[in-house]
Amino acid sequence: MVRIETPAALEELRKNLADERRRYERVLILCGGTGCRAQGCNAVYEETRKVFEELGIQDRVALRYTGCHGFCEMGPIMIVKPQDIFYTRVKVGEVRDLITKTLLDGEIVREKLYVDPRSGDACLTMSEVPFYKKQVRLLLGMNESVDPKNIDDYIAIGGYSALSKALFRMEPEQIIEEVRRAGLRGRGGAGFPTAEKWAATRRARSRDGIKYVLCNADEGDPGAYMDRSLLEGNPQLVLEGMIIGAYAIGACEGYVYVRHEYPLAVENLYTAIEQAREMGFLGKDIMGSGFDFDVHVSIGGGAFVCGESTALMASIEGRLGEPRVKHIHTAERGLYDRPTNLNNVETWANVPVIINMGAEEYAKLGTERSKGTKIFSLVGKIRNTGLVEVPMGISLREIIFDIGGGMPNGKRFKAVQTGGPSGGCIPEQLLDTPVDFDSLYDVGSMMGSGGMIVMDEGTCMVDIARFFVDFLCGESCGKCVPCREGLKQMLYILDDITGGQGSPEQLEILQELAEVMRDTSLCGLGQTAANPVLSTLRYFGEEYREHILERKCRAGVCKALVSYSIDQDKCTGCMRCKKACPVGAISGEKKKPHHVIGEKCEKCGICLEVCEFQAVVRK
Amino acid sequence: MEQKAPELAAVEKYGGRRSCLIQILHETQREYHYLPEKALRNISKAMGIPMTDLYGVATFFKAFSLEPKGKHTITCCMGTACHVRNSQGVLDELRRCLGIEPGQTTDDMMFSLETVNCVGACALGPVVIIDGEYLGEVTPARAKKIVQRLMEGEGKD
Repeated sequence: MVRIETPAALEELRKNLADERRRYERVLILCGGTGCRAQGCNAVYEETRKVFEELGIQDRVALRYTGCHGFCEMGPIMIVKPQDIFYTRVKVGEVRDLITKTLLDGEIVREKLYVDPRSGDACLTMSEVPFYKKQVRLLLGMNESVDPKNIDDYIAIGGYSALSKALFRMEPEQIIEEVRRAGLRGRGGAGFPTAEKWAATRRARSRDGIKYVLCNADEGDPGAYMDRSLLEGNPQLVLEGMIIGAYAIGACEGYVYVRHEYPLAVENLYTAIEQAREMGFLGKDIMGSGFDFDVHVSIGGGAFVCGESTALMASIEGRLGEPRVKHIHTAERGLYDRPTNLNNVETWANVPVIINMGAEEYAKLGTERSKGTKIFSLVGKIRNTGLVEVPMGISLREIIFDIGGGMPNGKRFKAVQTGGPSGGCIPEQLLDTPVDFDSLYDVGSMMGSGGMIVMDEGTCMVDIARFFVDFLCGESCGKCVPCREGLKQMLYILDDITGGQGSPEQLEILQELAEVMRDTSLCGLGQTAANPVLSTLRYFGEEYREHILERKCRAGVCKALVSYSIDQDKCTGCMRCKKACPVGAISGEKKKPHHVIGEKCEKCGICLEVCEFQAVVRK
Repeated sequence: MEQKAPELAAVEKYGGRRSCLIQILHETQREYHYLPEKALRNISKAMGIPMTDLYGVATFFKAFSLEPKGKHTITCCMGTACHVRNSQGVLDELRRCLGIEPGQTTDDMMFSLETVNCVGACALGPVVIIDGEYLGEVTPARAKKIVQRLMEGEGKD
């Protein structure tokens, strides 16, 4: 690898790399994101390599194993360029056929194309797939062109040109001003204006001149995985953002704090840092500009609270990950008591894009107060699960129904949960709410890091509230009383209600507890911990009252409130449920209708799952 | 030459930096499948961190265990996306089949049952991870089969 010592050298390298890539007639791209890996894409990749060698086409067709393409539901995904043929759910056994037909015979294997369930039409290219149509994939779109373990790919598409521009053609204050005019707000949750944070850290005095920039990759919100996909798929983009930020702030050292549950992200990040150092984008005298900056990796230990800024910093220092009161902001005294700027992965990834595009162009995307795009993980009871990048201001309805394709199995939409454990559940009547920082806050939720969990009529909203409270109970660091004890009391009450023991007064106590926690908890996590309860009480109060007054769970989720029986007319006596029942609670002989023995039944629902005749009834 | 204890090798690898403590603990745990007291004492001495502090960190973070773990680890994802697709039912079935609670290990040291708050494979939920291998769209009935197959593989029924 050559060391880049001037902007001209970078530009020359980029040209050479791009030319080199143009020499291939075609490119076969395989998605290697975690979603696809869990569906076996590693084996698909190995097989592809083998077939390439056997056919001797590796000199004509480039093979690229990349990060996440977003459409996880349809993984493993294979794209053939330049036609952009989009194959879905590729299995190892199909690889040879796909390659010979598509690359040698010039045929398209229609069975492996995505079929739009609404029109029934096969989609030839990615851009025809409805899932991608309304997306603006400013950041994620780069994933397809980049092998995360190869910095050359990133440079070939213009990588580090933003850094070059920032270092040689802009003053630090100008960079901050550019980010301010672009209207960039923190993508980690609260949406704090990034430029203000940077400016405060730049202004802050450090006793020995040391300042830090940190990247928060402790993506703890369950149901959210966009930071993981950025870091796994395009780590150089995140690093470039950090280096530009460090230059603007005047920091000399940085850390990326990644959760240990993301081993592939850690691996790709280490490789990326190594390569960036070798090429002179990190370390001393970056690109010959005289600016020094280096990045270290710090790994989490599975504590949700470490996503909070002060807890994260304590954890990097090798201490307990407990937050502290922020009378003094971390911009003045953060990591090792030095001025520290912390931004989330997606925020950093936006920085090079802003510098390259220019603030005016970037600010055209989005709404008045929320600019640019936001990546969401669209999961739960939704047809097209995956990562979507949309311009701010798009409505929830468009995301869920146009991009997500609505509910599977003809079920009815009930709510969408955004903002993770600090967010809330948004009901159907608010589906036209535009997705931006302020609108989501106004309806009692928040943007959060970008998890969007869709729920249908089979989801119990009281159970969801209990789920989040239970989650937070386990994750509360225990330092302050309102959060630690308040959550526990809430859990007792929600256990009562879902267990069929609730009383109407408990709803008032829930409300009261929620307010005390909001007003008196030490850190942001505690202050927002009651949001899932408050938002479900606000929009789904009726379900709470049904649980309490009628001892009924309309979704059939709360075990204490449901019972199982067998429809005697439909049962064929096939014995499947009897064999499957783990507690022997089903009686009956072969070819005669079966019965559920009420007192033995533990309501696990396995009988319902295995019955092929819809004879098992849950009430 | 006597081989260096894994925890000391890890301390050395990260230059004894306290900012790498969690990494050092991860690497130690990878070797022993838990954090033995002896290893923690070695780390304490080598890095000059009091045992009380080390104990605090090792017990604060969920990833670490001071108890020995079984040969196979069965991890059930309890993230929101998995939850709305009935991961609780899957976990209940795993508990029943193994006869242990999350965080516990069977008496014969074969199986440990763990829960995790989201592994980011939400498209496949409910997710169960067997020794690092991801299984998607697991139902209670499938969970039962998975455990049975694992037990058969170990010569148990």
